[in-house]
Amino acid sequence: MSSDLDVFVGNTTLIDEEVYRLWLDGHSVAEAVSLVSPVSPLSPVAEAVARRLRGGVLEREGTSVAVLQSDTRDHYRTFQMLERLLHAPPRLLQQLLFQIPPERQALLVQRYYAFDEALARELLGKKLSKGTKKELDEVSARTGVGIRSCRRQFDNFKRVFKAVEELRGPLAENIQQLFLLPPALARDYAAIVFFANSRFETGKRRLQFLSFGDFAACAQSMMAHWSQGALAPEAADPDGDLPKSFLQDLKELKVLVSDKDLLDQHKSLVCSALRGKISVYNELEANFKALSRALVNVGGKLTHARDVRDFFVDLVEKVIEPCRSDKWSPGDLRLFLTHYTAAPRNLPGFRHQALWERYMAAISACLLRMYHD
Amino acid sequence: MPGKLKVKIVAGRHLPVMDRASDLTDAFVEVKFGNTTFKTDVYPKSLNPQWNSEWFKFEVDDEELQDEPLQITVLDHDTYSANDAIGKVYIDIDPLLYSEAATVISGWFPIYDTIHGIRGEINVVVKVDLFNDLNRFRQSSCGVKFFCTTSIPKCYRAVVIHGFVEELVVNEDPEYQWIDRIRTPRASNEARQRLISLMSGELQRKIGLKVLEMRGNAVVGYLQCFDLEGESGLVVRAIGTACTLDKLSNTSAFLPACNSPSKEMKEIPFNEDPNPNTYSSGPSTPLKNQTYSFSPSKSYSRQSSSSDTDLSLTPKTGMGSGSAGKEGGPFKTLLRQQTQSALEQREFPFFTLTAFPPGFLLHVGGVVSARSVKLLDRIHNPDEPETRDAWWAEIRQEIKSHAKALGCHAVVGYSESTSICEEVCILSASGTAAVLNPRFLQDGTMEGCLEQRLSWQPGFFSIGSEKGEVDFFPQSQDSSSLLGIEEASPPGCGFCHIPYDELNMPFPAHLTYCYNCRKQKVPDVLFTTIDLPVEAIVVGKGCLIQARLCRLKKKAQAEANATSISNLLPFMEYEVHTQLMNKLKLRGMNALFGLRIQITVGENMLMGLASATGVYLAALPTPGGIQIAGKTPNDGTYEQHISHMQKKINDTIAKNKELYEINPPELPEEIIGSPIPEPRQRSRLLRSQSESSDEVTELDLSHGKKDAFVLEIDDTDAMEDVHSLLTDVPPPSGFYSCNTEIMPGINNWTPEIQMFTAVRVSRLSNINPTNQTLNKNFNDLCENLLKSLYFKLRSMVPCCLCHVNFTVALPEDELVQIAVTAVAITYDKNQALQANKAPTEKSQQRASTDNEEQLQFPLELSSDPLSSQPFSPAKEALEGASSHTGIPAAQRATSVDYSSFADRCNSWIELIKLKAQTIRRGSIKTTTSLEKASPLAEGYLRHRSVPSGTNSTVSVVKMTPLSFLPGAKITKYLGIINMFFIRETTSLREEGGVSGFLHAFIAEVFAMVRAHVAALGGNAVVSYIMKQCVFMENPNKNQAQCLINVSGDAVIFVRESELEALPVPAPAAAAQPAGSAGDVTT
Repeated sequence: MSSDLDVFVGNTTLIDEEVYRLWLDGHSVAEAVSLVSPVSPLSPVAEAVARRLRGGVLEREGTSVAVLQSDTRDHYRTFQMLERLLHAPPRLLQQLLFQIPPERQALLVQRYYAFDEALARELLGKKLSKGTKKELDEVSARTGVGIRSCRRQFDNFKRVFKAVEELRGPLAENIQQLFLLPPALARDYAAIVFFANSRFETGKRRLQFLSFGDFAACAQSMMAHWSQGALAPEAADPDGDLPKSFLQDLKELKVLVSDKDLLDQHKSLVCSALRGKISVYNELEANFKALSRALVNVGGKLTHARDVRDFFVDLVEKVIEPCRSDKWSPGDLRLFLTHYTAAPRNLPGFRHQALWERYMAAISACLLRMYHD
Repeated sequence: MPGKLKVKIVAGRHLPVMDRASDLTDAFVEVKFGNTTFKTDVYPKSLNPQWNSEWFKFEVDDEELQDEPLQITVLDHDTYSANDAIGKVYIDIDPLLYSEAATVISGWFPIYDTIHGIRGEINVVVKVDLFNDLNRFRQSSCGVKFFCTTSIPKCYRAVVIHGFVEELVVNEDPEYQWIDRIRTPRASNEARQRLISLMSGELQRKIGLKVLEMRGNAVVGYLQCFDLEGESGLVVRAIGTACTLDKLSNTSAFLPACNSPSKEMKEIPFNEDPNPNTYSSGPSTPLKNQTYSFSPSKSYSRQSSSSDTDLSLTPKTGMGSGSAGKEGGPFKTLLRQQTQSALEQREFPFFTLTAFPPGFLLHVGGVVSARSVKLLDRIHNPDEPETRDAWWAEIRQEIKSHAKALGCHAVVGYSESTSICEEVCILSASGTAAVLNPRFLQDGTMEGCLEQRLSWQPGFFSIGSEKGEVDFFPQSQDSSSLLGIEEASPPGCGFCHIPYDELNMPFPAHLTYCYNCRKQKVPDVLFTTIDLPVEAIVVGKGCLIQARLCRLKKKAQAEANATSISNLLPFMEYEVHTQLMNKLKLRGMNALFGLRIQITVGENMLMGLASATGVYLAALPTPGGIQIAGKTPNDGTYEQHISHMQKKINDTIAKNKELYEINPPELPEEIIGSPIPEPRQRSRLLRSQSESSDEVTELDLSHGKKDAFVLEIDDTDAMEDVHSLLTDVPPPSGFYSCNTEIMPGINNWTPEIQMFTAVRVSRLSNINPTNQTLNKNFNDLCENLLKSLYFKLRSMVPCCLCHVNFTVALPEDELVQIAVTAVAITYDKNQALQANKAPTEKSQQRASTDNEEQLQFPLELSSDPLSSQPFSPAKEALEGASSHTGIPAAQRATSVDYSSFADRCNSWIELIKLKAQTIRRGSIKTTTSLEKASPLAEGYLRHRSVPSGTNSTVSVVKMTPLSFLPGAKITKYLGIINMFFIRETTSLREEGGVSGFLHAFIAEVFAMVRAHVAALGGNAVVSYIMKQCVFMENPNKNQAQCLINVSGDAVIFVRESELEALPVPAPAAAAQPAGSAGDVTT
């Protein structure tokens, strides 16, 4: 006696968190059932997962695999119907089809939009295009995230990207509103959008030591200090795009390294302030000009899209690696950057103090975040 | 008398994309009522149109108001071709037609299309202006309230219960009309939906007319059903109980004389008949009297009830002519007609109610049922559906005579159903024969009760298990009799006492003296279709008991088919009954409540499914065990096998007794006050190995003289039967289940409920099925379904599945469809102990408030003595009554953990608040920035539109098949919800196969019910029932179709925790705006 049709519908939609997780991870019903039922023949890993997942639900509830199967199918159907709504979370709140308590709705959205950092790290700075999607197989193999889950997460990135691409105002807040995500998650998505928009190169070998969290923090400081929103909330451009005028202005800062006098004065101001305060004073004195040139030029190049891509590569190659090889401590770097940023205030004839500090605020934050092994 | 219907179309949202080119829709709305249609403007290029229409006004007859639904069609405007329909909303405006219900219907309704399902939502406001006219309800039946609830609705009291009303209307089924061959499936489905909506409106109006003729103002226990007879048509029929209800208000609740309408006053002369036993409850109208107009057929041996049933028709006739003179016109002629025609044939003393105010039910005789097999033929003249009427009349007549044979003058818990396969139709009716108490509270009762109070030992009732689920207050003894139920029958057991003559029993039964009062005779097993009376004394907990049965039948045509079905029916009834009896014994219980036997007919088989809730009634004797007897006692191994089996059965019984906490008190010999039975009775009491049956149908199901507890194993079939007895697995720990409203023995419900519908269709794959294999398959199917429910709901443990309602259908040759609707209610395990210790004060308080509503009815029944008496005794009685009904009150809510609920509630509110805040913050920010940066507004506009609507959080609507919500008080009934939907698909695979299709459809039905309730201003549906779920598929064509009919009562409820501490919700509400205001600044 086989069941052709088997449905269970509750007035309050039943959400089994565990089955939801399995569904999100992209397991098929058969896989999900086998994962939760230690009875069926499985790889030892899956069995372990099963034990941990349901803690022997079969024994405890005295039920059968068939029941588990039917239960799982019900949940999967529900999730499939919900998925359409999850693509636009405010609709989930408004829809009448499923009666779900608010905290459950929040959980559904949060879990749906949660992502694997390893995957996000791989995709940072890549164009969220069909081409990239096709490469997900490799990404899946590298990161160990299931391919279905990879695709779903990729689609999430893309969906969020598309939704906020044209919007004005702070990226993270826009995302939070449109997708009802918790603030931290919304900030992470903002970083992903920011990277995808500016197409920063993150895949180079020398950048491999940087985690998703590092990049996300950098993106946040860059948006916080550089984007239009940082100055006036009603600004014209989306946060994801760095304001053209600002980038253009950055060229003015080159004077700090091109003008020999200014460079020397800058160096002496910084050195005198730091003498005896940092352990790597001699190295600083020797490398100051190179460092300063690198720091200023990174900004100067940002007007060209191609050079923008190399932003992080440049920072690592020209600032972080030299410092690291000279064994600067993070404290040293912090002190240096503080004084390096503050010094031009006392430079006669330097008129871009505000611009300089705005520029350096983000650069310093990025460098400090990135300065680790 | 005309009325004005006003409709305003506000907005739409989430419309589907109708124009692929632009990915947008040019939507407009047609509003149709009767033959008048209005249209809104086209709102171009938007999926969230804001029509904000004017008020469309329809000036219509109230007859039309009752019959017609309001039809709202959303369309996509197309310049070059025909406009495409997006979907429809049907709104039943009946709730607006009576003053106490909703005043406005306003809210978001899902736009429904029979092919695509829900496609967006539309915001509509509907109002009705009925011209204020004293005579306004005379011509139509506007204003008659309808309730699906099968008890007196919580915030009303019954002034009079008039009795049975029924009506049916027939029509041709649009799906079987010639035109169906040329129109689209959508058009056909919509024609059907519209027709059924129209027919149920008409039916309700006609029933309403009957109620008005009876001088009632409401129908309680209204049950409307559809018979899809295919070629021969569509029958919509309804039954219900006509009542005169009064809305409870605190001031007037105790003053029946003031509240009762003047017509009741007129009757007082009759009621003050010298005969003290005159039946004063019912006869408010002449029509009503027929309800009890049977001749007392037997002389009753019970001295107590001899008089109350002795009703003569004489006063009624006189009264009838009197009032008819006043009414005049059509009413008069109708009345004459009624009095002339044989009253007994036309009217039936039936009540569709299943729960009654304590003491109303005097005695219960047992289940009465009748079935009849009919061949359907085309209904030639839809306006005169005589044949269908005649069929039902026939069956009701049979029921009535069965009841009479049981010495009962009424049938309660009455219901009717059909099962149709091709042209054969089985009509079934069943109910519980009962003797009702017509005269409550009379002079002299007081003294009687005082005596009894002395003679009863306090503590006698505290028979609950150690956990103390059953908690009787010491006051209950004296107070219960204050109600004056009957001198000799205390509550809690009175209804068990046999109503029939002991010396002239209608069937062989073993009687014993009541274990509770020792005064009256009781049968040893009791089957009923009603809910467990609140005053019943129960030991331990109850459980769901099902008997399942399949019988093969040869395929045949017409008469031959009908004959073979008729021949099979008695055997099925017998077997179902035997199974029930055995399973009951196996659980160590002695009574069944809520019994519902369904016989379903298919092409080549019949299926029987009986569901009931088994309990151990303290008044009935302990059931004996089950003995197994082998046929060949000489065979040694065989003997061993038998004894093994016997041991297994005995173990199961012992286990079940433990599981359901059935440990009846040892016979309390030391009880002083109780009348000590005579030796002869004593010996009878100890006879437990006996069996009787209270079920009387045409066949004698009582097993004759044979001792039914001995199961004789004479062939393999019998062996299978015994095996199948033992296959029923008890629910996993933490779960209980019942099919009645409340679970006996659980009284500490927490407010969490989960109503659900589960549907399964299974293929019987056997090539050569036998009855045995079919039985096993069917049994497995049901058991697996239950198991799967327990698993699904495991997070709610400890909980109880209440009102478990199975429906079986045989849609095709080898397919069995089972639909289950039930509600899972959580209860607090730990609190059981506390509840026991808890100050009785509080619970009594609650009980008394509870009873203010419930107990009005008995008091009202005998309004005349009350009105002449000073006020105080009534009140005293009420107080007494309230303490007496400590059980139900406790079961409802007393011991609910309010603080924990409040917490939960708060967190819920806070979450909503939080959400609202984030959203609001967002939108405010963007609006301000919009103002400042106007040239760049476009981007903002686009994103503003989304969050702006998000402010309206969807309100939660609870649904339950029960008539109450645990931990909550129903403050208002908003009207009946009665909805019929058809869903069809031609892309079954794409929609996720049959399961995906039905899953979505059921979810959509729930959503539409909730939306209608919310639009009425309600927050719950009680007495929800899915009356029909007809599913058909054609996988080869990738097609499927499903029809669902649901009904229930829309209500507003208030949490008791909120009621108790009114200031609590206030700050919460205040906090919300404050919080959001604060947000603006941040």
